[in-house]
Amino acid sequence: MCVGVPAKVVERDDYTAVVDVMGSTMTVGIIFVPEVKVGEYVIVHAGQAMSIIDEENAMLSIEEWRKIADARAVE
Amino acid sequence: MQELLSKFSDSTLSRKLLDKVQEAAEEFIRLNGRRPAFMEVCGSHTMALAQKGVKRALKDHVNLISGPGCPVCVTDQKSIDAMIKLAEGENRIICTFGDMIRVPGTEFSLMEAKLEGKDIRVVYSPPDAVKIAEENPDKEVIFLGIGFETTIPVLGVAIKEAMDRGVRNFSMWMTTKLVEPILRTLLETKELNIDGFILPGHVSIVLGKNDYQYLVDEYQVPGVISSFETVGMLGSIYKLIRQLLEGRVEIENNYSAVVTDEGNIETKKLINTFFKPVDEPWRGIGVIPDSGMDIREEYDRFNARKRFNITVGEPGKTKCRCGEIIRGLVTPEECPLFAKACTPSKPIGPCMVSSEGTCSAHYLYMREDS
Repeated sequence: MCVGVPAKVVERDDYTAVVDVMGSTMTVGIIFVPEVKVGEYVIVHAGQAMSIIDEENAMLSIEEWRKIADARAVE
Repeated sequence: MQELLSKFSDSTLSRKLLDKVQEAAEEFIRLNGRRPAFMEVCGSHTMALAQKGVKRALKDHVNLISGPGCPVCVTDQKSIDAMIKLAEGENRIICTFGDMIRVPGTEFSLMEAKLEGKDIRVVYSPPDAVKIAEENPDKEVIFLGIGFETTIPVLGVAIKEAMDRGVRNFSMWMTTKLVEPILRTLLETKELNIDGFILPGHVSIVLGKNDYQYLVDEYQVPGVISSFETVGMLGSIYKLIRQLLEGRVEIENNYSAVVTDEGNIETKKLINTFFKPVDEPWRGIGVIPDSGMDIREEYDRFNARKRFNITVGEPGKTKCRCGEIIRGLVTPEECPLFAKACTPSKPIGPCMVSSEGTCSAHYLYMREDS
């Protein structure tokens, strides 16, 4: 029930935003991420954007795992 | 973003990481003579670990124990019966998340009540129930407020919207749960030997990494906050095993793309505005002090428990072992009903109903003949 889905903010006003969830658009609340900008990605839970996705951080994370996984090859 | 997400599910990287996890686990087994045991607290992790094949792939290396993070599953039967009984009243519309509708009550389920003509509606978001109340001013609209910290602030949004729009025929029946009290209870009852926790990703958006420090300071148990993709989950298990091998006890954040150290301050503010801690009964465990949140007195008009007098008797007994399953004491296969009398199409316990339930995950992805 704590399921969250990533969604791209397409437009926003003071309290709501239109987001794109894998091609479908829906309106979500942004009271918990008031600073969110159009073009950013958020995690949506039960109709509310709960967190802005830090894409750079996500990329660093995947690189960290790639390095750990590939460490085997040079052992 | 889709490209980024696909990297977290990349099969080549997942395979290599699986090898690393197995290698690390083998080292732990050599040193300790047993597999490391980790509890995945969140029901979404239980389902994702089963669905992506991680549980099966690691069954000889890591003991992955499903925890108490499926909201419907941990709700005690009397509370379930009370919520279903709400539907019996006249002029009521019951709104609920989808997970609740098929949960068996002692007498019947919400689905059965709906088939008998009661107005029961599945909504995606609690504020949708406020809208339904606006559209039906001659009916009482009651939302069944089940969930953990991720959902509690959204329940607060519904109260805020009802207040802002002057909606007076909307209320919520709260049976929410908090992660910290149940983890403390599991650790203090010492029924389980857990080497570490895979901590819930989306609850942690609200809580933040720092809110888990008690696990380290008071119980000397490590935890890793995890995302839900295969690479993220394998990475979290790897980090936990490395901590054990290196003698470290820390809370690590392996979902830092969305989880911060402090959590989401706005969600915490809204929770504290509308809700207060309350003792909550848990399935198979009993009442845990301050383990849930209820509506503050000043907002009593939105509290369905205060607006409607609902009494239910003691629930009927079944052989369902859901109460032990949510504590990680037994696996679904140890329940005499599992995959026989209790299946997803005819569930007896909530662990088989919920899309996050341990029995459902085992039935769909982990039966030997599946």
